[in-house]
Amino acid sequence: MQLNALKPGESALIEGIQAEQALVQRLHALGFRPGKQVQVVRQAAFNGPLHIRIGSTDVVIRLQDAQAIHLSNPSSESLSV
Amino acid sequence: MKRVALLGMPNTGKSTLFNRLSGASARVGNWPGMTVDLLSAKILLGGHIAELIDLPGLYDLHGFSDDEEVVRHFLSNHPIDLALIILNSAQIDRQLSLALQLRALGLPTILLLNMEDEAKRAGITIDTKQMSEELGMPVMTISAKYGNGCPQALQLAARVLEKKVPASDPQLMAAQLQADNAVEEEMQRIIDRSVQMPLQLNTSTTDRIDRVLLHPWLGLPLFFLAIFLLFQFIFTIGAPLQEATAWIFDTVRSELLDPALSGLPTWLNGLLLDGLYTGLSTVAAFVPIIVLFFLVMSMVEDSGYLSRAAFLMDTLMAKMGMDGRGFVMVLMGFGCNVPALMGTRVMRSRPMRLLTMLTIPLSLCSARLQVFLFMIAILFPPSQAAMALFSLYMVSFFTIFFTAILFKQKFASSEPFVLELPPYRFPTPNQIWMRGWQEVKHFLYRATKFIVIGVLMVWLLTHLPTTAIPASSETWAGSIGRFFAPVLDPIGIDNHLAIALIFGFVAKEIVVGSLAVIYGLQGDALSHQIAANIDWVQGMSFMLFTLIYTPCLSTIATLRSESKSRAFMWLSLAWSLGLAWLISLAFYQSARALGY
Repeated sequence: MQLNALKPGESALIEGIQAEQALVQRLHALGFRPGKQVQVVRQAAFNGPLHIRIGSTDVVIRLQDAQAIHLSNPSSESLSV
Repeated sequence: MKRVALLGMPNTGKSTLFNRLSGASARVGNWPGMTVDLLSAKILLGGHIAELIDLPGLYDLHGFSDDEEVVRHFLSNHPIDLALIILNSAQIDRQLSLALQLRALGLPTILLLNMEDEAKRAGITIDTKQMSEELGMPVMTISAKYGNGCPQALQLAARVLEKKVPASDPQLMAAQLQADNAVEEEMQRIIDRSVQMPLQLNTSTTDRIDRVLLHPWLGLPLFFLAIFLLFQFIFTIGAPLQEATAWIFDTVRSELLDPALSGLPTWLNGLLLDGLYTGLSTVAAFVPIIVLFFLVMSMVEDSGYLSRAAFLMDTLMAKMGMDGRGFVMVLMGFGCNVPALMGTRVMRSRPMRLLTMLTIPLSLCSARLQVFLFMIAILFPPSQAAMALFSLYMVSFFTIFFTAILFKQKFASSEPFVLELPPYRFPTPNQIWMRGWQEVKHFLYRATKFIVIGVLMVWLLTHLPTTAIPASSETWAGSIGRFFAPVLDPIGIDNHLAIALIFGFVAKEIVVGSLAVIYGLQGDALSHQIAANIDWVQGMSFMLFTLIYTPCLSTIATLRSESKSRAFMWLSLAWSLGLAWLISLAFYQSARALGY
């Protein structure tokens, strides 16, 4: 599955990133790497962009761009303590 | 002279550190081959003058954004003696990659870990000694916001420079920037050994604020409320200040300049007072609002709310080829177009920035509002006045959406929308002041040049030849009015109004005053004369044209300097003029056809 399928509150591990090089590089620099855990914090109204938390970084990403991020082990447990 | 470059990721406080180190001495440098302005400043380092350069923020030395390209270009063309790398301590786990990439280039480097206060609050402890050994470069923590560690950082920089390591070789840099990829493994190793991080950060204040401000349904209304309150704040405080400034200039003129210059020949007196002095005081009256605008803007920008507004508005803006940040800037344009245009600097993608800059001049700014209030009071009964003004705002929105949708193909932006949400921060008063002041200085420099020349030209046009009655149809301005008559007659704009439009080209603030000069009347007499000369259809057509045809010379100058493209400036000007004419024509002819 890809990141755009994840619902708010759910989290999963990044399996890999498939996109054009510019986006891959940008996502890398923002901390998106295989094995890292991502959580969807919320989604904007009208099917808007996702608010993602990865490590200590918060990122906004459009659904279309979130498709590039492939996931494994989805879980509905919230990350925050 | 030694050259020191400041490098770091966006949102790490790099510019804050630059302002702190440079004091107020920064200036926009002119670098050969660079298409963007880079700030540089002369600073004292260990008894020598060194040149400090603020390079754009970048995530990745090998990234593809415009800013990343700029940094690579700079390093490949200019030797530097020392790189100060500034990273956010709270996000050290992913930002360290930049330090490793720069080290791999063989540059003499110092690593400054900023925002130690935020890292502490997040429970992150960094062993700088361990990290320094691992990296093989000096590492120290600082707080650019509060100044902690900044003098020590300068001393350290001076010591590194004294070692007389030869400056970087641009050609070597260019070769090395081509490829390297072993950075990531090493980064993980160093992080594991020298940084202790809590696995997940505790639910912080930012989370709690976000739960309200980014709420799926409350988020947008709260955002609009926030924007409305900001405007309210700027204009509630700004308007009296603007009036006070205008009053001071009026008083100086009537009490000092009029008596002092009365001995001069009439034409020179008119040129100096009605031309030059009026021009300068027009600019000066802008200043209080501009200052306030930038103080508020830099506060909003540094607080982290702008990224959140972009999150909220993105879906709507995407349909117009822009993103959430563009919406914020268009809204700002309803105050004054000039700072809104400068505000588009937050956008990294050039096509998207240009598209946003094309729409901003169509927002009904406070100067145009002044003209409309004047005309509406003359032409409409009080019961219809509010509706007339509201329809002008609607037209303004319509032209913005229409322009964006029409041009979104030409300025198609391929950049994905991936934006970092920084934690909320409270900028210090000093930080806000420094930012605001820089922007104001640039505005004054540009606006003064442009408006002085513009006003002088308009004065000459309406006063030459000397045999003609000023602002009459025998003057050059009158001839120009006649020249444009074939174009302006179909939209109901007569010779008198045409001259006012020429004045309005310089600044909308002058339009009302110019009508007074043209008719040679003031107050109620002027209102009656205008009401007798034109009907409401002509008046509405004039207002529609005024709304769209061009913002003002300051805006055009800003379009030119911000886009760094003369062609883009002309495109914007031609589009506005064409659109204004077509909309006025459609309105005027259909109103007449309907029998009004």
